[in-house]
Amino acid sequence: MELQNLKHFIKLWALLAALLVSAGGQAALTIEITQGVQGALPIAVAPFKWEGKTAEPPVKIGGVIAADLHRSGRFTPLPVADMLSRPNESSRINFGDWRILGQEHLVVGTLRELGAGYEVRFKLYDVFRATQLTGYSIRTSGKRLRLTAHQISDIIYETILGEPGAFATRIAYVTEIRDSAGVRNYSLQVADSDGFNAKPILNSRHPLMSPSWSPDGARLAYVSFETGRPAIYIQEVVSGKRVLISHYPGLNSAPAWSPDGERLALVLSKGGNPDIYILDLDSRKLKRITRSFAIDTEPVWSPDGSAIVFTSDRGGRPQLYRISIRDGKVQRLTFEGRYNARASWSPDGKYIAMVNGDRGKYRIAVLELASGAMRVLTDTELDESPSFAPNGSMIIYATEIGQKGVLSAVSVDGRVHQRLMLQEGAAREPAWSPYMQ
Amino acid sequence: MVALYAVAIIFEDNKETTVMKALSKLLVTVVPLALVFGCATTDKTAGGDEDMAGAGAETEIVTPPPSVTEDTMGAEAIAAPGQDGGFMGDPLDDPDSLLSKRVIYFDFDRSEIKDEFRDIIEAHGQYLAENPGVRVVLEGHTDERGTREYNMGLGERRAKSVRRYMSVQGASFSQMDVVSYGEERPIAMGHDEDAWAENRRVEIVYPGR
Repeated sequence: MELQNLKHFIKLWALLAALLVSAGGQAALTIEITQGVQGALPIAVAPFKWEGKTAEPPVKIGGVIAADLHRSGRFTPLPVADMLSRPNESSRINFGDWRILGQEHLVVGTLRELGAGYEVRFKLYDVFRATQLTGYSIRTSGKRLRLTAHQISDIIYETILGEPGAFATRIAYVTEIRDSAGVRNYSLQVADSDGFNAKPILNSRHPLMSPSWSPDGARLAYVSFETGRPAIYIQEVVSGKRVLISHYPGLNSAPAWSPDGERLALVLSKGGNPDIYILDLDSRKLKRITRSFAIDTEPVWSPDGSAIVFTSDRGGRPQLYRISIRDGKVQRLTFEGRYNARASWSPDGKYIAMVNGDRGKYRIAVLELASGAMRVLTDTELDESPSFAPNGSMIIYATEIGQKGVLSAVSVDGRVHQRLMLQEGAAREPAWSPYMQ
Repeated sequence: MVALYAVAIIFEDNKETTVMKALSKLLVTVVPLALVFGCATTDKTAGGDEDMAGAGAETEIVTPPPSVTEDTMGAEAIAAPGQDGGFMGDPLDDPDSLLSKRVIYFDFDRSEIKDEFRDIIEAHGQYLAENPGVRVVLEGHTDERGTREYNMGLGERRAKSVRRYMSVQGASFSQMDVVSYGEERPIAMGHDEDAWAENRRVEIVYPGR
């Protein structure tokens, strides 16, 4: 549509959100857009009217929404200072004000304090047609106010673009911070998709790896070295309750949840070298899926659960292979580049993102399964761990910038780039959550 | 000499648990290995120990100061103290011994033992063979390039490659634990070939020493 006419990229370098932390050494994430699309849609999000006892609202809902839309790379929100009027959802809109400013859409709203909790009301207008496209009234709690704002962003995004947003989601990632004595401290963190509310769910002096979300977004499987060797745990994100899932001799790694949530694909080397297994979480029955003398690892499920794509060096170098769960048939998927590993399957099943190594550079690439076309999306050199957003629009991954591990995100078409900066230490192994239930 | 010893040990280790078919297979693979490695060793040691020092002299693993435990007392007796006016005590504590070298380095994405590290592994393998009560942990590591989980597999493959070589010297599998840390525990923090070369390694760790 509009985006297809775009010929080149522009750099925005806009610092959007700074996450800060109160106490407890929580890691802080900042997200900036390093490359957006030219011709992103102009939209005005008027500051939400505040009806409450305090002078300032607990959360600036309009600001959160504008930041979300901006971060997607698909919208350019109008700065509040440039607005000629600041209507709310009960105002009569003077559409002429917004047409003069070249705005295509307008969001207005009110945040009202109730006896217990809050009510958020908003309306989305098409400025040129002077019509309301959608409007909601949402009851929420103080704790969920930011989440409500992200949900509104999702509604706006989907109403205008016709595809779902992924703002009301979270990301898990691992941080490594060296203390003054040089001791490494590892932490498994969960943050909102805009980098706010980062909270550790596990701290350790030993490496943590490979977080994988359950399909309902309530639990994370991960690898911890806390016993001195790799073991797989499953932890409930909210309660912190966890269970040891796999602790065989040798490797226990690369857990990946099946789409139905009942099984875990994982990698064990108890059979002599790393192979893919499937563990039934209920019966605890283990089924071996691959049997080779190579390193078979990094399994990911197809969205329909019928196949697994994994990394194997059975052909001499790491490449991606697909195995059918039903009949065990194996098919090689990647041929371009010496090194293709760590697949992430897009939620619609059409694409596979991976780490593509070529001439000493490791970058994020996407394979379109139908055509077999490969496309390298990034220009950095040490990219790792791609993970699709649940709406398939962006791929989050880890890379090195200025000798530091950072998280970045790129759109599937390569047009939008974001960087997520940790205030302290290094971040890696991001995993984008599914839609929260 | 070395070759024959190795074959005998492995044969014995497996006798109780393995069927004849597997045994004969093992012999076929172990004998040529042992012969090849055995020959290489003899040539190499004849060249003198100094050649070996080049391997990672600046990346020596810092081990805790030696403490005398009951275990090491046991080992001392076997270690022929004071031989040719040299080190008294457990050879593991002898800074001039090959046993003081405990890091084996690898080429990128490879797990083959390079020639210059064979003497070190042989020394450790023979020490373990002579001291069956001693256990060792072989920690496999990789550089940061490539993906983390693949590197977990690669680190394990490197550690197992060292383990196999040590077993050929007579060390028992039950003495040797293998742990892969992949790229999670780099020694050098840089992002260049020098740092990567230091990080592609297997560390030979004697727990508590």
